[in-house]
Amino acid sequence: MDNAVVATHTHEAAVHEEHHHVSLPQHRHHFETEEQQREAGTFGMWLFLLTEIMFFGGLFFAYLLYRNWYYDAFVAASNQLNVKLGAINTVILIGSGFFMALGVWAAEVRKKSLLVLFLVLTTVLGFAFLGIKYVEYSEKFEKHHVPGAHFDISEFVNPPIDAKTGQPSEKPLAPDMAQKTQVFFSLYFAMTGMHAVHMIIGIVLLFWLTARAYSGDFSSGYVAPIENFGLYWHFVDIVWLFLFPLLYLINRHPLK
Amino acid sequence: MSDVHVHDPSNVTNPEHADHHIVTPLQYCIVFGALLLGTLITVLAADVDLGVLNPVIALGIASTKAVIVILFFMHVKYQSKLIKMTVGAGFFTFLVLITMTLSDYMSRAWGLW
Repeated sequence: MDNAVVATHTHEAAVHEEHHHVSLPQHRHHFETEEQQREAGTFGMWLFLLTEIMFFGGLFFAYLLYRNWYYDAFVAASNQLNVKLGAINTVILIGSGFFMALGVWAAEVRKKSLLVLFLVLTTVLGFAFLGIKYVEYSEKFEKHHVPGAHFDISEFVNPPIDAKTGQPSEKPLAPDMAQKTQVFFSLYFAMTGMHAVHMIIGIVLLFWLTARAYSGDFSSGYVAPIENFGLYWHFVDIVWLFLFPLLYLINRHPLK
Repeated sequence: MSDVHVHDPSNVTNPEHADHHIVTPLQYCIVFGALLLGTLITVLAADVDLGVLNPVIALGIASTKAVIVILFFMHVKYQSKLIKMTVGAGFFTFLVLITMTLSDYMSRAWGLW
């Protein structure tokens, strides 16, 4: 009887040991190694980003085509955009990406408070970008440069006279070509709007990640959510790196 | 987790293996500076009338910045071949789609482009 009990215990201990597995979030039981889990996560994130490339790619292709068809309208409409605000926003977004990259580093080296700080800075710069975008959008509404029934082509048919030179500040467009500025502004709102939607989603995720980082979820070797969100945030940055020259800087000197 | 680090630059013995490389803050600062410089050049170059070269230069700088972001901010330089191939394949497919669609449009309005 004693023997049997002992035997059972030994057996249980053996079974226990066999199945004993410290389940770390960075090493779930269905992965062979941490490395494999990490690789699988990164791979999956990139597959998602490839679908995003195709999604924005469609908009970029529409832009390419219409820019060639209605070039004069695109130049005149593009010069309505504020290059200074666009450039500032580019710098803000690069800065936001920079802090996100530093956030990934802070998670890797397990510095909790630095990680929280960098995530907060990423979020703040994200809000700054959206704030400037709001200023730019509201100017378009005031000037009736939003495509639709209330769109106003007068500024493109009769460009304001430059006080210094006495010449029109832009090449005047024929009314039918002036109507095509709506195509530019449609693409402008679609592309920057979809970009802004991605940023808003990103900021929501940043709140969630910051809260988790604050409670210490990412400072003990588990960095996948931070790393993969970083990939998303940098992707959104890259979209803007192309949007800025394509929308704001088509032709800065049509009359020179 | 292999503790033995065999020099295996082509990932032959373990195709999934990629050294877990941590990019340093200094590298990030250099990348940040390069991106700011690229933005400055983009804005300045746009004010010079270079005709057909203006969009070429603008897109060239934007692509360079994108590659820098992908390689360093997104760590692709330090990833396994699988990830590198995935990223490359995505952009390649995108270029194929652009080329084929554009050649369709151009050949239908021949002489007007």
